[in-house]
Amino acid sequence: MLLEIDDITLHYGRIQALHGISLHVNEGEVVALIGANGAGKSTIMRAISGLRAVSSGAIRFNGEDISKVRADLRVARGICQAPEGRGVFPGMSVQENLEMGAYIRRDSAAIAQDMERVFGLFPRLLERRKQAGGTLSGGEQQMLAVGRALMARPKLLLLDEPSMGLAPMIIQQIFTIITEINQQGTTVLLVEQNAQQALSRAHRAYVLETGNIVKEGTGADLLHDPAVKAAYLGVA
Amino acid sequence: MTTETVKKQRWKLNLRDRFQDMPKPARIAAMVVFVVLLYLLPTKAFYENLGFPIPMGSGYLPLYTTGSDMAGVLFQCGYYILLALGLNVVLGYAGLLDLGFFGFFAVGAYTVALLTSPESKLITEYNWLESPWPWLLTVPIAIALAMLSGVLLGWPTLRLRGDYLAIVTLGFAEIIRIVAKNQDWILNGDRGIPSVGHPPGTWPDGEPIFELEFTPYYWLVLTVIIGVIFLIRNLANSRVGRAWVAIREDEDAAELMGVPTFKFKLWAFAIGAAIGGLSGSLWAGQANFVNSATFSLENSILVLAAVLLGGAGSIGGAILGGFLVIYLPEWLRSVGDVFGWPTQVQVGNIHIDVSPTSLRFVIFGALLIVVMIYRPQGLWPNRRRAAELKDRQKEVAPVE
Repeated sequence: MLLEIDDITLHYGRIQALHGISLHVNEGEVVALIGANGAGKSTIMRAISGLRAVSSGAIRFNGEDISKVRADLRVARGICQAPEGRGVFPGMSVQENLEMGAYIRRDSAAIAQDMERVFGLFPRLLERRKQAGGTLSGGEQQMLAVGRALMARPKLLLLDEPSMGLAPMIIQQIFTIITEINQQGTTVLLVEQNAQQALSRAHRAYVLETGNIVKEGTGADLLHDPAVKAAYLGVA
Repeated sequence: MTTETVKKQRWKLNLRDRFQDMPKPARIAAMVVFVVLLYLLPTKAFYENLGFPIPMGSGYLPLYTTGSDMAGVLFQCGYYILLALGLNVVLGYAGLLDLGFFGFFAVGAYTVALLTSPESKLITEYNWLESPWPWLLTVPIAIALAMLSGVLLGWPTLRLRGDYLAIVTLGFAEIIRIVAKNQDWILNGDRGIPSVGHPPGTWPDGEPIFELEFTPYYWLVLTVIIGVIFLIRNLANSRVGRAWVAIREDEDAAELMGVPTFKFKLWAFAIGAAIGGLSGSLWAGQANFVNSATFSLENSILVLAAVLLGGAGSIGGAILGGFLVIYLPEWLRSVGDVFGWPTQVQVGNIHIDVSPTSLRFVIFGALLIVVMIYRPQGLWPNRRRAAELKDRQKEVAPVE
């Protein structure tokens, strides 16, 4: 088990956002978290990457409890998140953004190699190499955010709503690349509102409602689950 | 218009690019000449030999200088430029709004005063020191103490985001001023500390270099500025500098890239504070007398105005801004003298002070508003910051 979340709770001030969440991600998997707005999907991501401290429970990565480890040190352990809303550095060029992704690394030859790999995955980024991150389109920014997270060579890639605000065709593209990244050996945990795409791409998935996990199963199972269909796939 | 012609025009307009296209020896030579001219700025020879007309009699033509106290004004510009450079690290690089930056200046100045003055209570009452220290020895201590106060102030506050820092730093500067004003046991309140030490050195004829004459102080501060510029430039281009940019642009994303954000914010704060303390120790070395009246809040605001006016995140901008906020009112005054601008107007039986010096905040207020409307990135902007600003404007009013 690469990542194991054991009964975590988390509070924003007095409001409890997570009510005892447990889930796990095996090495080599794509796992999806789906749920409505405010269900706590992004909060789980923030807890894993360390932007938010959990109130109780454990987050084990490769067997080690990292729930008290600082966010920047979790990156060094192999967890890297492409933040929600893309979070590219607007004043840095595409290349500088990617270099920032490799901030914790010092092996410049391998970094250059990885950058070529990212440009291979996202040829659009190569075209825009010198352009400032803030001037890219939404889809390009998402590509940059994913590519930048890859530059850290994560063992576990966290993607927070990679399809948010994108046109259907671009969403398709992004998900194809996520599958490709996974096949190249990176484990992926992704949060999505676009349940259709997420479930058809994921090995396993969890359904989240108001801070609780209400269902789990393989992507295909949940895709055909009547309750999930009704609630998240817009099919009665 | 094709992109090619746009590029060409931009190339023509952009002095920085043209400078960088020059061969390296030419660039160095140009810099050396420029620096030498800077050193000559307060001397009369500069104006005579460069063909500036000098009016009959003595003194300088006030249309481009500030009259006979030119060196003094330039020295004041100098330590404000240092302050602006320091705040630029905090605000321009790391994006932290520090409203009480002058507090570090006060820490530096008081440290020098307490250690170098024979009338310091450390000597006269507490017997901590046997005799006053030489000025030069106290400068590193002033820098270290300013840095320490920066760390102590930043430690609890830099974990928070947004406006908290602005409020706490504002409070810090005011606390220093008020404590200095009201307590008696060491800083001596309004009576202050007299006979503060000067920098060392004597002319060949045995006269001390640093006395009442301002020109050597200007040379000293100019030299320090050049050193600080080199230091900051190297920092900005290092891993530390890139981390600062990332923190400023998106702190969450920076953290997710593995940047220890708190540590680097604290560094920015400490380095900025150190430069502020250095500035204060230089000022104290000249001032001879240090009391609480020097450290009013408007100084902090003036430094902030300097950085924003010049262009946050840009060394050139900080220098330009620091220079303008001091030089402009002085220059306006001397120009005002020439054209007979009144220092007071009388409305009924109320006398209103309208001298440029006392109106400077009105002038800066107006100037800042104009600059922020037409050139929000500052007069000499940092390219990256200009791009960030555009991005933020897009967020406020999306352009489709």
